[in-house]
Amino acid sequence: MAIINNLAFLAFSGGGESSGGLLDVNPGLIIWTVITFVLLLVLLKKMAWGPILNSLNERETFIKDSLDKADQARIDAEKLLEENKANLAKAEEEAQKIIQQGREYSEKLKVQLLEESKAEAKKMIAEATSEIERKNQEAFNNLKDQVADIAVSAAEKIIRTNLDKEKQTKLVDEYLNDLNKN
Amino acid sequence: MDLNTSTAVQDTLHQAKGDVGSDWIMHHILDSHQLDIAPFGSIQLPHLSLFGLDISITKHVVFLWLVAILLIIAFKIASNAYKKSMVPHGVANFLEVLIVFVRDDIAKPSIGKGFEKFLPFLLTVFFFILFSNFVGLIPNGATITSNISVTITLAVISFIVVQAGGIIKNGPLGYFLGLIPSGVPWWLLPVMFIVEILGLFTKPFALAIRLFANMTAGHIVILALIGLIFFMQTYFVAPVSVAFALFIYLLEILVALIQAYIFTMLSALFIGMAVHQEH
Repeated sequence: MAIINNLAFLAFSGGGESSGGLLDVNPGLIIWTVITFVLLLVLLKKMAWGPILNSLNERETFIKDSLDKADQARIDAEKLLEENKANLAKAEEEAQKIIQQGREYSEKLKVQLLEESKAEAKKMIAEATSEIERKNQEAFNNLKDQVADIAVSAAEKIIRTNLDKEKQTKLVDEYLNDLNKN
Repeated sequence: MDLNTSTAVQDTLHQAKGDVGSDWIMHHILDSHQLDIAPFGSIQLPHLSLFGLDISITKHVVFLWLVAILLIIAFKIASNAYKKSMVPHGVANFLEVLIVFVRDDIAKPSIGKGFEKFLPFLLTVFFFILFSNFVGLIPNGATITSNISVTITLAVISFIVVQAGGIIKNGPLGYFLGLIPSGVPWWLLPVMFIVEILGLFTKPFALAIRLFANMTAGHIVILALIGLIFFMQTYFVAPVSVAFALFIYLLEILVALIQAYIFTMLSALFIGMAVHQEH
């Protein structure tokens, strides 16, 4: 401890010719400090702290607003996306419905057409059958007439030729042959 | 260490003092009427007095004004930078970091609601001490914060701001009644009153002494280390002295920042305690 005391004594006793010791209070310097500090405070407050703190606050609010806006924009975009998705799904559903409807309609149309064509065919078949029937009848009638004619003409020929048996038979055969050839 | 060695050392030093003396350490620390500009000699400063009071422009007054001018120039540049663009560059950017530090890490948490009113004072104190400390670290510079007159003045201004803040917020009567913590038994009240009033004055006293002692100690240690070379009168001690002095110098840079921070922080804390007395 002693050495420290001695060194301290040495250090503190040294400043003889300067204005006093280390702990001497100098009123002149206090006055100057007060004047300078107060002036500095007033000047800096007006010149620096006011404008700087204002612009700091401004910038902070600006950044905060920008962030809020960006957040809002993001939320809006998300909502829009969601809406678009919903719309797309609805459109898809609509399209599916339309396709389904078209399919059903075409199925119905097919069945109907088939039905119609079947009916048509049936009608045509029936018509054809009746026509055939009629033609048959006609042909039969014609045949009947022709047979009668042939019989009459055969009878005529028989009568015209001599009425011997041989000749008769030959005539009939001949005639029948003729008939066959026709 | 026994007394013999200590007296031996003292004798040696007294002997050395015959050659070099230790006046030069005090000459660097204390205020004086001459301004040293190391390689070019020194300028004699005028003596002034007003009503019998010595108001000479001493070395520390010159550096006081130098600090003030530096502050004004620096913050003029900074505030002009904000007029041009919202985004600061260079000096303004650097100062903004410190301003935001004082605002958000010192004033806001220590004072709480209504801290904006005290912000100009805290910022001025912070930058004044910071600039003073750093100007003192420049060769040929004098540390005005190592003069107790300056630190006492700063502490008294801080004290006035604290009391004014408390009295304006709580009213004179409310403020002094609020000094006594709640829940104290009645018979302790007189003692508590004295203790609390005493506490009001010890706080700025501690502020002044802390700043003064910290700024003085580092300088004395650096000067003493360099002085060893001349005391011992040998070149062999020079590398050690210079290395240690450099180390202390770097420490001083840290101390310069820390002391500015502590003074501002404690001022803000005292303001907070005076304004919001509930706790």
